[in-house]
Amino acid sequence: MADIGATLDLADRTREADDPHSPVVRFGLDKPLRLDAGVDLAPFQIAYQTYGTLNAARSNAVLICHALTGDQHVVNDHPVTGKPGWWETMVGPGKPIDSERYFVICPNVVGGCMGTSGPASTNPATGMPWGLDFPVITVRDMVRAQAMLLDHLGIESLFAVAGGSMGGMQVLQWAASYPRRVFAALPIAASTRHSAQNIAFHEVGRQAVMADPDWRGGRYFAEGTNPRRGLAVARMGAHITYLSDAALHRKFGRRFQNRDNPTFSFDADFQVESYLRHQGITFVERFDANSYLYLTRAMDYFDLAADYDGVVAEAFRGAPTRFCVISFTSDWLFPTSESRAIVHALNAAGARVSFAEITTDKGHDAFLLDEPELFAIVRGFLDGAAKARGL
Amino acid sequence: MLSRLKYDLTMAEAARGPGGSRVDLLVVADMVQRGARVLDVGCGDGELLRLLESRGVDGRGIELSREGVNECVAKGLAVVQGDADTDLEDYPDDAFDYVILSQTLQATRRPRVVLEHMLRIGRHGIVSFPNFGHWRIRLQIFFGGHMPRTDNLPYAWYETPNIHFCSIKDFRELCHAAGAKMEQAVALNAWGGRMRLKMPWWFWNLFGEQAVFLLSRRS
Repeated sequence: MADIGATLDLADRTREADDPHSPVVRFGLDKPLRLDAGVDLAPFQIAYQTYGTLNAARSNAVLICHALTGDQHVVNDHPVTGKPGWWETMVGPGKPIDSERYFVICPNVVGGCMGTSGPASTNPATGMPWGLDFPVITVRDMVRAQAMLLDHLGIESLFAVAGGSMGGMQVLQWAASYPRRVFAALPIAASTRHSAQNIAFHEVGRQAVMADPDWRGGRYFAEGTNPRRGLAVARMGAHITYLSDAALHRKFGRRFQNRDNPTFSFDADFQVESYLRHQGITFVERFDANSYLYLTRAMDYFDLAADYDGVVAEAFRGAPTRFCVISFTSDWLFPTSESRAIVHALNAAGARVSFAEITTDKGHDAFLLDEPELFAIVRGFLDGAAKARGL
Repeated sequence: MLSRLKYDLTMAEAARGPGGSRVDLLVVADMVQRGARVLDVGCGDGELLRLLESRGVDGRGIELSREGVNECVAKGLAVVQGDADTDLEDYPDDAFDYVILSQTLQATRRPRVVLEHMLRIGRHGIVSFPNFGHWRIRLQIFFGGHMPRTDNLPYAWYETPNIHFCSIKDFRELCHAAGAKMEQAVALNAWGGRMRLKMPWWFWNLFGEQAVFLLSRRS
């Protein structure tokens, strides 16, 4: 009886990973994804969403790269949670990344759990989810897979690549790996390498997942469990890093949750505790714990300079791409100094670069939120680039 | 030697020229060749960069104020937030055809270092600045006994961003010290007109309210 329950649960839980609510491109054994880890991933698949129409010249495509816990559902309602898309403020008809003007594509990253091959996908060799048998992937692998998707869609050159956080890392990798395919690049709240502090935070999150007895060495699908508590704790910890002291204080202060006095217990007395618990619980509904391990690892490994003898500028030498680098004053996870380092490298490489720091108390997550100055800058940058490209 | 004083003194010329651009910016823009790569250090709200781009120039900007930068980027200009005093050293040699300091030099902490970087990064430099040797400024100090305030320099001494004033005469000395060759010079009178008569330097220094110099590295 328990076995049947687990099997049903398994089918239910891996459905979005194998047969997602998105268009899927499946690459056969003849088209392997060459991974930095030194192995080929084949067969594999990429799930993606598109918005708008590709023009006749195929010159108006904008690639959106999602962040660690994002996915391809940029504008449409999420198929699992029913919530609005994660970047509805930025992308859509009449929005700064205007889907009436541009053909917007967002693929789920390799290693993700929303339809692109990842640890939650079925391993064709075993018929069971990959789990930890899935090869470790890098940001460069994600970008390589996206390039294969674009080849498949017949898009040789992108008008723009945009993304925040891990998405911004992909944007930088795109400009470095395929400079001739990127006309304009928008790395937001990003960095050329993951800092020691950020690796440290990620390690805490991974340890929280792996310390959950339900994780079962990554084989929780096969064993009919789900490391919900571990993943929720990881999310709670990470979520703090996406905000700021000022934003937390503004939203919650020291206010109590549905009570006037402390309970002298370990209930969620404070609003901020209740909020974090909610963040943790809702996250595990839509995200795979192993995926969280893989994607945080990919970010940790990201170091653009390492591929170019330690000199970031060499990654962009001779790049025809125009860049708009954006940071936020209260972002302490990817602080402005990291964006400045990108700008210095781009200047040293002679690239055309704009850089704006936006004043906000919303922390790293500001790129996802209602920031009128951010919208004005993205719109202006893309308008200028569109003019230069004759769009 | 300088090639100056090409036109007659046009006292009636307004501070904004045809098309609505500031005359000092038009003077700067006229010194830049079409198709050149230009870095405008202290580009403000991007008025000069827009003027240059309309003339087919590949322009970049650095601006200290966040508001200025964000306004420029929203206009589609390639501008980075940065400080002329600290960030110019990050730019490689000969990265630009022209580096422009439009009404910026007097606001830097180390004008000589900035000027030297400018000549290293660009093959040419263009500097415009308010002339502190102008007769009205001299009069304000001499008779008023206070730091001067004019239309071009409207700030009180305690809140002015302009911390290193110089006269045309002073600037020529700096050029000499920094190894800059003066290719061309234009002075603007109080009405924004170009002073182009064959006049000695002391006359410019007394009647020029603003000055624009085209410089190059002394080989």
